[in-house]
Amino acid sequence: MQRLPDGGHQGAWSAGFWARFLACGIVLLMAVPVLNAAMPPDYPIALPDYLVPLLGKYLCYALLALSLDLIWGYAGILSLGHGAFFALGGYCMGMYLMRQIGTRGVYGNPVLPDFMVFLNWKELPWFWWGFDHFVYAAAMIVLVPGLLALVFGWLTFRSRVSGVHLSIITQAMTYALMLAFFRNDMGFGGNNGMTDYKDILGWDVHQPATRLGLYLASMLALGLGYLACRYITASKLGRVLLALRDAEGRVRFLGYSVTNAKLLVFTVSAVLAGLAGALYVPQVGIINPSEFSPGNSIEIAIWVSVGGRGTLVGAIVGAVLVNSAKTWLTGAAPETWLFVLGALFISTTLVFPRGLVGLTGLSAWRRPPVAAAPVPAGERV
Amino acid sequence: MRLHLRILGAVLFALLTAAAPARAEDFALLVGNLGGESFAGKEKAVAGLGALGDTRAVPILQAMTDGRLLRGVDGRVVLSATEGRTTLVRDAVTGDEITGDDPNSFDRIIVNNRLRSTIEGALGALTLFSADPAARLAAARDALRHPSAEGAALLARAIAAEQDPTIREAMQQGLAAARLVSGSKEERLAALGALGTTTDPQVKNLLDEFRSATGTDPELQKAADAALASIGNRLWLVGLAANLFQGISLGSVLLLAAIGLAITFGVMGVINMAHGEMIMLGAYTAYVCQELFRAFLPLDWIDGYLLAAVPVAFLVAGAVGVAIERSVIRFLYGRPLETLLATWGVSLILQQAVRSIFGSPNKEVSNPSWMTGGFDPIGGFTVTWNRLCIIVFCAVVLAALALILHRISFGLHMRAVTQNRSMSSAMGIRTARVDALTFGLGSGIAGMAGVALSQVGNVSPNLGTIYIVDSFLVVVFGGVGNLMGTLVGALSLGVLNKFLEPLAGAVLGKIVVLGAIIFFIQRRPRGLFALKGRSVEAEA
Repeated sequence: MQRLPDGGHQGAWSAGFWARFLACGIVLLMAVPVLNAAMPPDYPIALPDYLVPLLGKYLCYALLALSLDLIWGYAGILSLGHGAFFALGGYCMGMYLMRQIGTRGVYGNPVLPDFMVFLNWKELPWFWWGFDHFVYAAAMIVLVPGLLALVFGWLTFRSRVSGVHLSIITQAMTYALMLAFFRNDMGFGGNNGMTDYKDILGWDVHQPATRLGLYLASMLALGLGYLACRYITASKLGRVLLALRDAEGRVRFLGYSVTNAKLLVFTVSAVLAGLAGALYVPQVGIINPSEFSPGNSIEIAIWVSVGGRGTLVGAIVGAVLVNSAKTWLTGAAPETWLFVLGALFISTTLVFPRGLVGLTGLSAWRRPPVAAAPVPAGERV
Repeated sequence: MRLHLRILGAVLFALLTAAAPARAEDFALLVGNLGGESFAGKEKAVAGLGALGDTRAVPILQAMTDGRLLRGVDGRVVLSATEGRTTLVRDAVTGDEITGDDPNSFDRIIVNNRLRSTIEGALGALTLFSADPAARLAAARDALRHPSAEGAALLARAIAAEQDPTIREAMQQGLAAARLVSGSKEERLAALGALGTTTDPQVKNLLDEFRSATGTDPELQKAADAALASIGNRLWLVGLAANLFQGISLGSVLLLAAIGLAITFGVMGVINMAHGEMIMLGAYTAYVCQELFRAFLPLDWIDGYLLAAVPVAFLVAGAVGVAIERSVIRFLYGRPLETLLATWGVSLILQQAVRSIFGSPNKEVSNPSWMTGGFDPIGGFTVTWNRLCIIVFCAVVLAALALILHRISFGLHMRAVTQNRSMSSAMGIRTARVDALTFGLGSGIAGMAGVALSQVGNVSPNLGTIYIVDSFLVVVFGGVGNLMGTLVGALSLGVLNKFLEPLAGAVLGKIVVLGAIIFFIQRRPRGLFALKGRSVEAEA
């Protein structure tokens, strides 16, 4: 980096920012309930019920992309296993929802979920204990991905695994988890995963009102997640992260603990990803091991880079846009979707490496590294 | 039953020794006796036929158990066979067709249970002398499974006549088993010694039975224990050899998938996520070659399609590789994470292109006839030809690559550009050309790997994604930029996987291996064979 990100540091919490953030937030929070619930369904601009969970799903993806941007855009850690944290959060929520089914399952067992009855399990395994309480499940949604990231990150960053090697072992991690969750005797429903949810906190998940509530919760989580990421990146820690992204060796020699900085941000990112997964599951109605597949995790990176990495807003924009395009194209012309996605991957890296936000100049206060800057040997990422 | 067999055996033995000469007349006489009235007479005749060792008796005895052996009014014994709507009647001895007689004038020769088991024994004995080696081998194995005193004499005679060493060995084991059951103490001791050299689980059961039988001579018990221990050792060794072979086979598959990556990632530092698709293109090239051979060349040339597919796949995948390098990767040197994303995009496009052209279902690529089947080197597990061919092919590819890297000028340029791009350029090496060709080489090798993998797995558009994670792990585990590391990495992962499989199951074994690699990389981030020197820092 030849130029320091001037201005941005002080301007991160300016009145202008709050005005923009709150304006966007309130519009997005209000628009969907107004268009969906307050309008008569036959009104031309009314939002049909089926679109609400779809929009909610995009918001969850946006939160996931945000979490990846935090570590990739700001600390140069390209995790290709972020889908694993997302899926773990989703599984925790799925377990809570499974326990809420109670006797309404196919087999009517008050304690065991259907797939356990089907597999002839006699009692609930220990790792399912407590998931009938929402508070416990919510704690697990934060703790499970967080702890995994903490342990994995501690081992990895301590031994200075970085760059490509890190990407490859995170990919191996999610691949191993996928294989594990595909096994029936793991107690997580095998390759069918968990589905047929009934209630969340006493409300029927199929009711439009519940879905609207989940959408609002996702919106709120995204907003808070954005503020948290912005808080981190605008703080002193954020400066250290940016510095170590561009020249890890120098930061270490200056006396900063690169390991701790990376570990903190990696863990926070994993928790955000887990939260996104937990909100995602009740809206799509299923969680299964394919969420762990390495391809899914790589796709998150493309959302971020389409929007513009290292900008936070870009991740959100990218996730929503790419997924809207996916929904539309897989419906309209399914065979072209992979061509488009592939072309997106190539063009964002070759033609507009700073993404959509970079094109509009919105990210003037924070520049992602472009190859033009001379990178000293030994510090390429 | 046993007593009855003993009697039969005695009869057999008597007949064997007494009636060995003058076979032809005996055969006709005995067949004639099958039409006798008394069961005892028939039984004697059956036993006689069994002892005679004349395989002409086999269809006759089979017909007898099936109730197709008839007796004419003149006492002649005939076989009836239904062919379509007509029933043919043939003379049992000469095989001549008998016409003119009223089929209803024949009586069925009646068989009772006791006679039936005599026939079975005789049939088993007769197949020991069959002209078909497979039948003889089966009979010898059968004798091992059901040892009896009377079998011993027949086996001894069969061994004397046997030319094929494999069958003779099987017969000798059968003989030993028979002697163990019925022989004298010395014979039993010798039999125990002989049986200790097998790996057949049947023999182990037999010995277990023998060992646990009450009232056995302590000396015999000791010998049995020794034989059992020896079998246990051998079984363990066979298991070890089988695991090792399967491990090396899996390792060579991993190695083939990873060699190309060792060049593009290891030597050039390019994260090529489309590497798996190069493998897939190679596999589809094999499929297309097979179809072209089927369509345009004489039928007996089909086995050659694989030989044609290897160079074609190299060229196809290599050309695609050069195209990718020229159009995408050359703009991204020094930015590995961006390269990763761009090549992932390339891989999605290639997958979808292949899916659009060939369709999503698996394509069938058959092994050529010279690669089907296998052989059993030490007894107990089969080395299949296709696996063996892949191991050999893998070794050849690796050797050729080592030659290219270290013996010809292109390899020298390649290594020079890898080590110091600007210095090489200053020395007059056309670095851009070397980059393109190196990438083409790596991709071409992946294409050849695809041809090999089409022989052991499914050919589908997703083929590449199966191998991509594994290939990267092999390269990273072995140490980036080091062919030796890739070799050792692939083989050790393959062997480790196969040894874990029986302990933990296939999927869990794989998970354990993945976890182990993740931990290993954290302990030694530069892999098994780390490069030393300044280039190490540049890699970070």
